[in-house]
Amino acid sequence: MTGSLEPAERVQAVGPSGIRRFFEIAEERDDVISLGVGEPDFSAPWAARDAAIQSLERGKTSYTANRGMYDLREAISRYVGDRFGLEYGPDEEILVTAGASEAVDLAFRAFVDPGDTVAVAQPAYISYGPGVTFAGGEVLPVRTREEDDFRLTVEALETAGAETADLLVLCYPNNPTGAVMSRADLEPIAAFAREHDLAVLSDEIYAELTYDERDTAADASPGTATHASIATLPGMRERTIVCNGFSKAHAMTGLRLGYALGPGGAINAMNRVHQYGMLSAPTTAQYAALEALDSCGDDVEAMVDQYNRRRRFVISRFREIGMPCFEAKGAFYVFPEVPDGWDGIANEFAERLLRERGVAVVPGDVFGVGGEGHLRVSYATGLEELREALARIESFVDQHV
Amino acid sequence: MSEREVLELLRENARYDTADIARMTDLDEDEVADAIEALEAAGIVRGYQAVVDWDRLEDERVRAEVELNVTLDRETGYDDIAERLARFPQVKALRLISGDYDFDMEVEGDSIREVSRFISEKVAPVPEITQTVTHYVMASYKENGIELGDGEDDDRLSVSP
Repeated sequence: MTGSLEPAERVQAVGPSGIRRFFEIAEERDDVISLGVGEPDFSAPWAARDAAIQSLERGKTSYTANRGMYDLREAISRYVGDRFGLEYGPDEEILVTAGASEAVDLAFRAFVDPGDTVAVAQPAYISYGPGVTFAGGEVLPVRTREEDDFRLTVEALETAGAETADLLVLCYPNNPTGAVMSRADLEPIAAFAREHDLAVLSDEIYAELTYDERDTAADASPGTATHASIATLPGMRERTIVCNGFSKAHAMTGLRLGYALGPGGAINAMNRVHQYGMLSAPTTAQYAALEALDSCGDDVEAMVDQYNRRRRFVISRFREIGMPCFEAKGAFYVFPEVPDGWDGIANEFAERLLRERGVAVVPGDVFGVGGEGHLRVSYATGLEELREALARIESFVDQHV
Repeated sequence: MSEREVLELLRENARYDTADIARMTDLDEDEVADAIEALEAAGIVRGYQAVVDWDRLEDERVRAEVELNVTLDRETGYDDIAERLARFPQVKALRLISGDYDFDMEVEGDSIREVSRFISEKVAPVPEITQTVTHYVMASYKENGIELGDGEDDDRLSVSP
């Protein structure tokens, strides 16, 4: 550091996001249909918003406990137990954060020492790498492959040399691929983690957004959702931090509320960072979240139904257009390949599609290894827009391929 | 199950074509067409209409909600009275309900005068009707599940991670 506010080396080491350029091009035009948005197109359920309003009317604008309001931690404890079979007590094992993003960042800062290796199953949400770098760690990309339905395998971990890593980052249901890992898929990964003494950070922000028939899901036990958390597998609870939040399933992105689940000692370490950097998560958002858990289950179901229709529609249309499209089972993204015969890389496809047809998608390589040749397409937008966007993509492909 | 899903989609937007419904439900187009035909044949789907925001039209359209109380006898039941009232084209909806009155009737006309005359000359004189209470609609905010405001702008970032 010099007197000229020179950014620290670890900050300089993180370049601009690959998404930024597409955002700038999209902002230049007013006819863009964006399928590049990583957040719901719904507003937060009214009951949750109303609870936030009421909390303000009652003057509930003070800090809460560092770990979050106790009522909310109790509600989170019940919810994750009922839905995902995760058993965490409100006193020591739950930390309410300013979005799941803060929970992820706290985990990096609490558990990664300078020089530690953090294995990240990729393609993955773009913030893990910078978060690791800011914490002084080294990212070890672990490539998942379409032939494995973008699920993480032990073979992929071994190929990457993850045996020597200190921490493994999982994001399932996955942004950007929409892949989901079942309990059976997770068992060998858990065995690998136990064998090589790997800690796990499991980002489960899309846990509610899964589309297999829930009543026929073989891996739904002991919870009721299709999604399985690695923390429920034998020997994994003590080595796993689970991050979740209200941004995706409850459409509360702007309220910035998430939480971390883990053993008491680990949560205590994360809280040590949190209490100095954040003090407590936004109080108004905590009231909204409490109401969301108490009364907004039907709203979540309704949104999931909408996503599911759009998911089927979009996958079907990409296949009709001649762009192979993996059967995404979670989140609100599909991950099609650029069409056979496209003379170039996905990045060029995405940029020309945006410039020539006004449709924004995100090239897959932005999300790390394994994303090359793919596009991330969000279906968190209305069906009319999706229809129009897919028609434009079809005409673009017809013209150029 | 597939019929139910098709029905939900038609209720959401009756202009979805069979190809789009097929894509959204993982059914074949033929299966969708059969489901729609079956729903219509069974009298479950009775018609398709536009949801109109009358306030945006220049020409006046007057609507009223009318509470009706009736008295019954051995020869005349609710169904008989309803059948008689429902035949009037001015009556857009008619429901038997629980509570302080018997029927809830929606009436439309080109003017308050027209609606008033219809109630006083055609409805009130029905022998079994003992009371009418007419409420004129002053503004409508939601019809058939569709909010009639200007909608909320999509203020999300156009591309985000």
